[in-house]
Amino acid sequence: MEPITTFAGKAVALPLDNVDTDQVIPAKYLKVTDKSGLAEGLFTVWRYLPDGTPNPDFALNRPEAAGASVLVAGRNFGCGSSREHAPWALAGYGFKAIISPYFADIFRGNALKIGLLPVTVDEETYHELLSHIEEDPETSVTIDLAAQQVILPGGRAVAFPIDNFARHCLLNGIDQLGFLMQQDEDVRSYEAASPITLNTHL
Amino acid sequence: MPKTLFDNVWDAHIVRPETPDTPAVLYIDLHLIHEVTSPQAFTELRQRGLRVRRPDRTLATMDHSTPTTPRNALGIIPVIDPQAIAQLDQLRKNCADFGIPLFELGSANQGIVHVIGPEQGLTQPGMTIVCGDSHTSTHGAFGALAFGIGTSEVGHVLASQCLLQSRPKTCAVRIEGRLHPGVTAKDIILALIAKYGVGGGTGHVFEYMGEAMRALSMEERMTICNMSIEGGARAGMVAPDETTFEYVAGRPYAPKGADFDAAVARWRTLPSAPEAIFDKEMFLDASSLAPMITYGTNPGMGIPIDAPVPTPEQMPDPGSRQELDAALNYMKLEPGKPLLGHPIDVVFIGSCTNSRINDLRQVAHHLRGRKVADGIRVMVVPGSQQVKRQAEEEGLDTIFKAAGAEWREAGCSACLGMNADQVPPGKYAVSTSNRNFVGRQGPGARTLLASPLTAVASALTGVVTDPRTLLD
Repeated sequence: MEPITTFAGKAVALPLDNVDTDQVIPAKYLKVTDKSGLAEGLFTVWRYLPDGTPNPDFALNRPEAAGASVLVAGRNFGCGSSREHAPWALAGYGFKAIISPYFADIFRGNALKIGLLPVTVDEETYHELLSHIEEDPETSVTIDLAAQQVILPGGRAVAFPIDNFARHCLLNGIDQLGFLMQQDEDVRSYEAASPITLNTHL
Repeated sequence: MPKTLFDNVWDAHIVRPETPDTPAVLYIDLHLIHEVTSPQAFTELRQRGLRVRRPDRTLATMDHSTPTTPRNALGIIPVIDPQAIAQLDQLRKNCADFGIPLFELGSANQGIVHVIGPEQGLTQPGMTIVCGDSHTSTHGAFGALAFGIGTSEVGHVLASQCLLQSRPKTCAVRIEGRLHPGVTAKDIILALIAKYGVGGGTGHVFEYMGEAMRALSMEERMTICNMSIEGGARAGMVAPDETTFEYVAGRPYAPKGADFDAAVARWRTLPSAPEAIFDKEMFLDASSLAPMITYGTNPGMGIPIDAPVPTPEQMPDPGSRQELDAALNYMKLEPGKPLLGHPIDVVFIGSCTNSRINDLRQVAHHLRGRKVADGIRVMVVPGSQQVKRQAEEEGLDTIFKAAGAEWREAGCSACLGMNADQVPPGKYAVSTSNRNFVGRQGPGARTLLASPLTAVASALTGVVTDPRTLLD
């Protein structure tokens, strides 16, 4: 995985609460056995009109949103299904970070695993960001992962929480599976002591 | 400090404790996999040259992209969709290459992953159980810590049998009082989510407790735990009791003889201490509940079936007014108008929420000797091949077919629009499943979530119907 440190990107607003992962990527796109084609299915119900042409009114389709890499989204973003296809689709489309007042638990974990930053901000910052984007659709924000800060247009820096270990992994381009595989000795001791004897090979 | 049920299960699975710099390494007792969220995880294992650490703690089934059409003359369920064929073939190959047992499409034990775990006795109190599926919360009904994971984490568990996890917060969900006739477990969970919202449980693990919970069967507890995720909680748990032990006893993968007795002794130590403290509390009075139905596009948009659809003026803030407007525009429902009597097109009885034998018995009881309304498509989809066999032994299939309903093969079916079972654009479906998201049951589908009782009452009339009208 590529290390992530600081990046600046154009922000686009999707100020709806409770955007579920079925909206991020509908189930019909989940029949793949790899990660291909998912970006095309991103927000498909909103992005395309019934005849298949792009919906000009959808935020991501507006010309000024071209190249956006930061999505400012409503509360409880990513609720519903555990499909990692949702962060895959967002990252495939070009997003590097999602900013929201709060994320659904499974989505947040999945996004962190693939280097799509879930940035949780307070309500005031969320509304301030929405106002900036409304006034200037070319608004850019800077995300400094090392300092755990979002830098808003105008220079105000807002701290955001992120799990220390996930931050360390993202900053250094380390993946979490490698760390888990190093725990083998402890896992063996645990297994030797566990009273549970389940065997799925009946 | 007095411990909760969650604490007891969590603490017993710590391989390496959480530190300020690293999350806990949590051991996973049972890993369930299916065709949709596992292929990319196996690719990762192959690329890194890793094996599956515990194939004997892993079990696969086929459920999401599978058809539920009747078997052909050879007794085979034909798969027509080439992408689904490729996905199922990939799972077959992955299971063969890595030595994982697989319940193949159409085989005797195949079914929805959250139906087969419990019915096979794989799901046991005190276990940690994960699956690449958010409705893994279902297994919490047994006092297991069970939650959905993404595909990266599926890879983690395949390779290491562990997950990196930060300790979630706990939330006591007290459900007191007794349900009135015609009101069911499904109505409890729909009412809870309507009260506390789809994000109310975020960051927490629910523990359902109280008089109403104790009175429920295992199947009913599963219905409630299943939809914990719809309330934002990654997991929901119920303390194991005699009802739990009786359900688990004698099932194929459950401990036997002296091992079972030893397991029960261990399981009896799991419940929360009376003085245990939770981070948060929720409360519901079961005796005040009516049958529930959803009108909108998330599971929190639910009302008592005899109540009018909310109006924007009733919403507390601009965000929820905007959400309601968008939902009612999609659903083509009028604010302030009753849902009762609204015409419907499809009734779906199935899904990991409500496809178990008790659900089917309840539906059959009310369909016996009756016909579904003209022009209504009624799909009855058993949760597993075992549920299907049992229903057929009891003659329920004959009742469904005589009433004009479809009796199908086991699978996720019309819950998620991933196979051929879909609700057509613009049509209304009363569905016993768990999600009414935009397009969930097919592009443009309009889903009204409800209990199996409400579903059968509505199937008989062709309009949204209060199930209490079925009672003598």
